[in-house]
Amino acid sequence: MTLKIHQDHSRFKQIVRGKIKANLRKYVQKGEMIGKKGKDAISIPIPFIDIPRFKYGHKEQGGVGQGDGEVGQQLGPGAVEPGEGKQAGQGEGDHALEVDVTLDELAQILGEELQLPNIERRQNERIVTQKVRYTGINTTGPESLRHFKRTFKQALRRQIASGTYDPARPVIVPTREDRRYRSYKLQDLPETNAVIIYMMDVSGSMGDEQKEIVRIESFWLDTWLRHQYKGLEARYIIHDAVAREVDRDTFFHTRESGGTMISSAYKLCRDIILADYPKSAWNIYPFHFSDGDNWSADDTRQCIEMLRDDVLPNVNQFAYGQVESPYGSGQFIKDLREAVGDSPNVALSEIADKDAIYASIKDFLGKGR
Amino acid sequence: MPKSLTPRLAALRDEIHGYAKEFGLDFFDTIFEMVSYDEMNMVAAYGGFPTRYPHWRWGMEYEQLAKGYEYGLSKIYELVINNDPCYAYLMESNPEVDQKLVMAHVYGHCDFFKNNFSFRHTNRRMIDEMANHATRVRRWVDKIGVEKVEDFIDRTLSLENLIDQHAPHIRRNPDPKKAEDELKANERVGGFKVGREYMRGYINPSEFLDSQRKKVEDEKQRAKKFPERPQRDVLLFLLEEAPLEPWEADILAILRDEAYYFAPQGQTKIMNEGWASYWHSTIMTRRALKDDEVIDYADHHSGTMGTRPGAINPYKLGIELWRDIEERWNKGRFGKEWDECDDLRARRAWDKKLGAGREKIFEVRKHYNDITFIDTFLTPEFAMEQKLFVYGFNDKRNSWEILDREFKKVKNKLLQGLTNFGQPIIEVVDGNFENRSELLLAHRHDGQDLKGDYARETLRNLQSLWRRPVNILTRYDNKGTLLRFDGQSHSERKVEL
Repeated sequence: MTLKIHQDHSRFKQIVRGKIKANLRKYVQKGEMIGKKGKDAISIPIPFIDIPRFKYGHKEQGGVGQGDGEVGQQLGPGAVEPGEGKQAGQGEGDHALEVDVTLDELAQILGEELQLPNIERRQNERIVTQKVRYTGINTTGPESLRHFKRTFKQALRRQIASGTYDPARPVIVPTREDRRYRSYKLQDLPETNAVIIYMMDVSGSMGDEQKEIVRIESFWLDTWLRHQYKGLEARYIIHDAVAREVDRDTFFHTRESGGTMISSAYKLCRDIILADYPKSAWNIYPFHFSDGDNWSADDTRQCIEMLRDDVLPNVNQFAYGQVESPYGSGQFIKDLREAVGDSPNVALSEIADKDAIYASIKDFLGKGR
Repeated sequence: MPKSLTPRLAALRDEIHGYAKEFGLDFFDTIFEMVSYDEMNMVAAYGGFPTRYPHWRWGMEYEQLAKGYEYGLSKIYELVINNDPCYAYLMESNPEVDQKLVMAHVYGHCDFFKNNFSFRHTNRRMIDEMANHATRVRRWVDKIGVEKVEDFIDRTLSLENLIDQHAPHIRRNPDPKKAEDELKANERVGGFKVGREYMRGYINPSEFLDSQRKKVEDEKQRAKKFPERPQRDVLLFLLEEAPLEPWEADILAILRDEAYYFAPQGQTKIMNEGWASYWHSTIMTRRALKDDEVIDYADHHSGTMGTRPGAINPYKLGIELWRDIEERWNKGRFGKEWDECDDLRARRAWDKKLGAGREKIFEVRKHYNDITFIDTFLTPEFAMEQKLFVYGFNDKRNSWEILDREFKKVKNKLLQGLTNFGQPIIEVVDGNFENRSELLLAHRHDGQDLKGDYARETLRNLQSLWRRPVNILTRYDNKGTLLRFDGQSHSERKVEL
């Protein structure tokens, strides 16, 4: 049975995708996709069209909340809904349950939203491991898998039903029949090796905003590739005029200054690949972000040579994302496009601002390599 | 398609119906229908009316609800429509105890719809009316084309909130001729009737007569203005005065009608949800609940009442306030004596055994809306017990934080958020601004600035209806500002207020 709503629904989706009604396109909003960074909990992106109205700025408005806390205490991220929230009162009662979404589910959502193809693995899937997945509840099982909450709930149920529950003295004793156990299935999982090598330009011209863009974008690239490859490794390289390998935290928080020699990063990247990641056993994804303002044409030439001779033959895909900055000339992407733009395993993308991130993710991952 | 209840559920409905009546709830006939989760999402996306006119925004609502459901983030339990008879939807897949809870909750809503004054002027045949609206819109779509009609709806949605919430309760002079006569009668300024001629100078001194004349003169001046007085119902003004095509006027009228139908639900969200929750809780715990259902009921009920720091849960705030009122009137904690007592121990032990709580809440549910409800019944003790606070945005730390727990500030902020649904108050001031048929709106500034980019886009949509340039007078950084859109470009200038 088809529901009448589907007509309105598909029309809405067409507007969001920019197929029809271009005049509404500018009102399409995508909620901030990273809600919480820690502990895998994230808000789901749901596009909506924000019809303009006369209204107050949300931040100016504030509001009344409920709960513990001293004056001056911060409310956690996600505590305050952005925007004016839903229109009041339609006689409905929807109860939001706070449910965490795992990164894996998030990746699926991302894949659906951006219609990303699954990645074709380059390596043969030689190693197969079995993985245990807990999928249900059983009345028998080993004690180590006992589900305490369900067991006690069952016992409480039984005691109330049989009238032996005393609210004044709430003692609950599960019997053999009350016990509930987690049950599992074994799943075969092909194991493949993959590595992402992140490179970022941290020269003086890359400001906080540009880094924020890189941070968000790498988060999504990471999420998607982790979804595709279990056991993904990541390496981080920062560079200005010289390059060095750093840990993840430093990668996102360093601010250097000075000139830009992109070749230094590519050289380090090449060395890492040659040393640690033989082509025969690894799927390799270098991603490089810069504002495209390289030191000299000579350095650019070196970069291209290195790419062509040493990097491209060894990797699944080389991706370069150019973040627009007020200082950069943005020449580098043009040079790359000219020199290696035709190679099947090169993805180039220009990222003008935060809103362009989604399109850029699609540029990078849309090839399914 | 919606199905009627199974015999088992029908029996449960009769049982709950009996309890609701026993407690004195008074409602229209209520028809329950069973729907699947997908149908539920659809009906909810349409704001409760499956027969609504076609438009993408229902699709947008549906997308949010469907995704929320699929990813396990939210679920609609209950949906009830203010209509005579009331319609309510139950989700097929819900367990029996949930269905009972929902039924009890629904009877609470239906009682509220029928009795609260805010709903007195709503159309109780709205289901039919919505279907008629949809037919009218479809007819225009066939005639004019879907693109044009939809574009017009999109632009009008931008103005949808510019109605006068209180308009349905104000009786305007129904007979323009009579009004004219009255005006004429007033023009003859004779003063009061004088029995003895020598008293005339005392009863009608010349200053008095002058002031009366001036009043008449002012009245005349005002009549020349257009509109006579600032008008909150901007949609009505556009409907009557903007150069709209017949189809445009028809659609505008439809959207305005629907906005007025939904307005009371926004004005009574806290009371209404609180009332329904109070009754599902009372009916379930005192009557309907079986022993083996207690845990699932408690689980569900506490989920509904959950709070988080950055928002008010109307269910929670509402039910607690209703219970507080009931307790205060049961124990006689009101009136002069109570207010003046500042002995904490005496206050805590205060119990006059009045037992008037139930009666009081039934009275309150009739005569209040959220604003007067909060204004009258929110007490410092209650605010403290419920841990209410004011939060705001700290620019320096770039985060939301708790600003204050002081009762007055909490109450004011709460009321501010409820006044006009927390939206700015906008009026039509002049339909012939600067004598050039331009439209002038004014924003009644109450300390908060309008969001600039939204205001400019809204002006653009307004202009497309008015055809001539449009202006809005507001304030930014405490300086008078006139925003203007002339059909081509936006401009902005400072003005003296």
